[in-house]
Amino acid sequence: MRDVMGVININIRDDVLDELTFSRCISSVHFGGHYRLIDFILSSMVNSGIQHAAVFTLQKYRSLVDHLGTGKEWDLNLNSKDEGLSVLHPNLFHSLKYFQGDLQNFYSNMDFFKRSRQKNVLIAGSNMVCNLDFRELVDFHRRSKADITFLYRENDPLLDVSLWRRRLVIGEDGRILSLEPSEKGVDSKQVLLEIFVMSKTLLIDLVENCVINGTGDLLHDGIIKNSNSLKLFAFPAKGYLGVINSPALYYKHSMNLLNPSIRKELFSQPGLIYTKDKDLPPTKYMRSAEVTGSLLASGCSIEGRVENSILFRETRVEKGAYIKDSIILPKCQIAEGAQIEHAIIGKGVSISMRKEIKGRKDNLSVIADRTIM
Amino acid sequence: MHSGKECVAMLLAGGEGKRLGILTRDKAKPALPFGGKYRIIDFTLSNCTNSGIDTVGVLTQYEPLILNSHLGNGSPWDLDRRKGGISLLPPFVRKKGGKWFKGTADAVYQNMNFLEQYNPSYVLIISGDHIYKMDYSMLLEYHQSKDADLTIAVIEVPWEEASRFGILDKNETGRITEFQEKPDIPKNNLASMGVYIFNFDMMKQFLFKDQNNIKSSNDFGKDVLPLMLKSNCRMFAYPFHGYWKDVGTTESLWQANIDLLENNPNLDLYEQHWPIYTVSTNQPPHYLGPEAKVEQSMISDGCTVFGEINHSILFPGVTVGHKTIVKDSIIMSNVIIGSGVKVEKAIIAENSSVGNNSRICRLDNVTEDIIVIREYSIIPHDSIINSTYTFKEIILRTGGKLK
Repeated sequence: MRDVMGVININIRDDVLDELTFSRCISSVHFGGHYRLIDFILSSMVNSGIQHAAVFTLQKYRSLVDHLGTGKEWDLNLNSKDEGLSVLHPNLFHSLKYFQGDLQNFYSNMDFFKRSRQKNVLIAGSNMVCNLDFRELVDFHRRSKADITFLYRENDPLLDVSLWRRRLVIGEDGRILSLEPSEKGVDSKQVLLEIFVMSKTLLIDLVENCVINGTGDLLHDGIIKNSNSLKLFAFPAKGYLGVINSPALYYKHSMNLLNPSIRKELFSQPGLIYTKDKDLPPTKYMRSAEVTGSLLASGCSIEGRVENSILFRETRVEKGAYIKDSIILPKCQIAEGAQIEHAIIGKGVSISMRKEIKGRKDNLSVIADRTIM
Repeated sequence: MHSGKECVAMLLAGGEGKRLGILTRDKAKPALPFGGKYRIIDFTLSNCTNSGIDTVGVLTQYEPLILNSHLGNGSPWDLDRRKGGISLLPPFVRKKGGKWFKGTADAVYQNMNFLEQYNPSYVLIISGDHIYKMDYSMLLEYHQSKDADLTIAVIEVPWEEASRFGILDKNETGRITEFQEKPDIPKNNLASMGVYIFNFDMMKQFLFKDQNNIKSSNDFGKDVLPLMLKSNCRMFAYPFHGYWKDVGTTESLWQANIDLLENNPNLDLYEQHWPIYTVSTNQPPHYLGPEAKVEQSMISDGCTVFGEINHSILFPGVTVGHKTIVKDSIIMSNVIIGSGVKVEKAIIAENSSVGNNSRICRLDNVTEDIIVIREYSIIPHDSIINSTYTFKEIILRTGGKLK
């Protein structure tokens, strides 16, 4: 894997989590108690043996840059002699008004690609909850002599396919036989993921051609439009996988973590998921605490009742407060007697005494960061 | 030529902790787990970081393996510096032959070259055995303001324990007038915390003097400090108020951990301006099952609890099965406890496993002893363990069997 560069491509079109992506890009949205979404794809890359990863940001990247730091938590070092982690921001020159898509960001960093010593690139989005081993994908890509190999998913009811709107037909050898547009929606059981591998030379060609033609989206303008002339292959993705592109899916995939087998699969197989350590003490349960069926991060202090919920770090739940079927992001204060049900509570929210926040299973109550209620 | 450092810390971490029995059989006392996720040495190292001391020599000797891997390059404490940072200083061999560090003063003396390369104005001597939060920069300021040769941090200890410590007396200016290491009949309850700031030049002078005395045990408390006092050096006592603990025995280790479970414990791990740093475990958040019951306890990342945890501490990666009750106990990292188990007033050391329906608790409530299960123990199903000694002879790391 030493000749594969990992590229995490952060798209604005993925910032669809309303309140949760209000002040941050999708890649730095909190997930699973103490992670951010980018941890999953970045850890997958590192665990697969990738030693050079580049993160292309677009906007609202302050928290992302802070989170990545020097990359040492992922064993990638920003100033490592072995390339490590690179974080590449968009060129100011391309103001968003004229921004045509991710290609422009790649184009303005062309030197970076040309200079790196890897011959292949593995490009992935950052809105995925997964723990993938990319070695099989890269092996398959080499054996099949493909131009581009995608990961795909079969029969996954939680996968929203609206992004593609294409009928996918995959041959027995894994070759993508057809990628026809389909207006009626997609009935295919197979869905391509935004994870694909190709040679660096091909990427550079695609980027330069698109920019000359004035188009800017790698996936649609670079790959799909040229799908007749490219040898496209697809390889099945194994293990737990969630593509987070709506608040409902965010909630669904979060709550799935309360299932022990999913948690085990996602957090430890094939490798661990790494994240920035916050140096917090363990969570403390007081005499009146009543917590069942829940996932809790460090540094919380619990006096109240928590059921079937996920609590991020440093949240305080006072006596008599009741949290059920909810996700509480870091540093919240839940005061005495407050009741929270079917809700996503943003970072640093204070909920005052006896306040009730009740959503419904099909209509969650989402509270924006730092709200005082 | 190195540009100097104002203050360099020498952290004594070679102690065996004999009275901790099987807990320190394979690791030095500073490497003992404490407080749900830390090792004891994390407290002094974090004190250094939080006090702005960026050069720390760690003197190791007894069983350093776990300590070495824990410290690594010092990055958890921000001690991976281009200049300074953390340096591990084990005993070494010279042309004339090598020898073990004889006493605390000898350990520092043998590493004089390390200190010389930074040529500090002050040397801070601290011990990796103690649990406390202290701003050494305040101590240094005090030392400077008194124009002292040596400043000792002191704390009032209970009279009945005073004979365990170096006891001193001071006049109203804070100048030390008397010093006795572990006196049989203490005249005072003002104890040395084993935290010293020396003027480097003065320290060199007295360490050389002490080395020339062949009768000396080369220990700061026993030899160097009395010698300095006799020579009329300016020695001052810096009064420290707050939590300070030397967990010398299994009982005090257990008690110090359990004390953290109070609503407002004397040692506050949750203070934001004085974080305690440690090596990250990279484990997911902990999970409490649908029938779990957790009260008055501390639980770390990576734990999975299906049973009942009462007045106990779970270190990272612990699993507790259904219908298991853990009470008044300390369960260290990666211990797996099966279902239907009862654990009461015990310390189960790292990486052990306890089979289903086992009992780890005393037969009666008369004995106050804490049951200690050694690391890497594998306790079969249905075992009954009612004292540390029940399980003493079983060396399980190599796969031995329960008799």
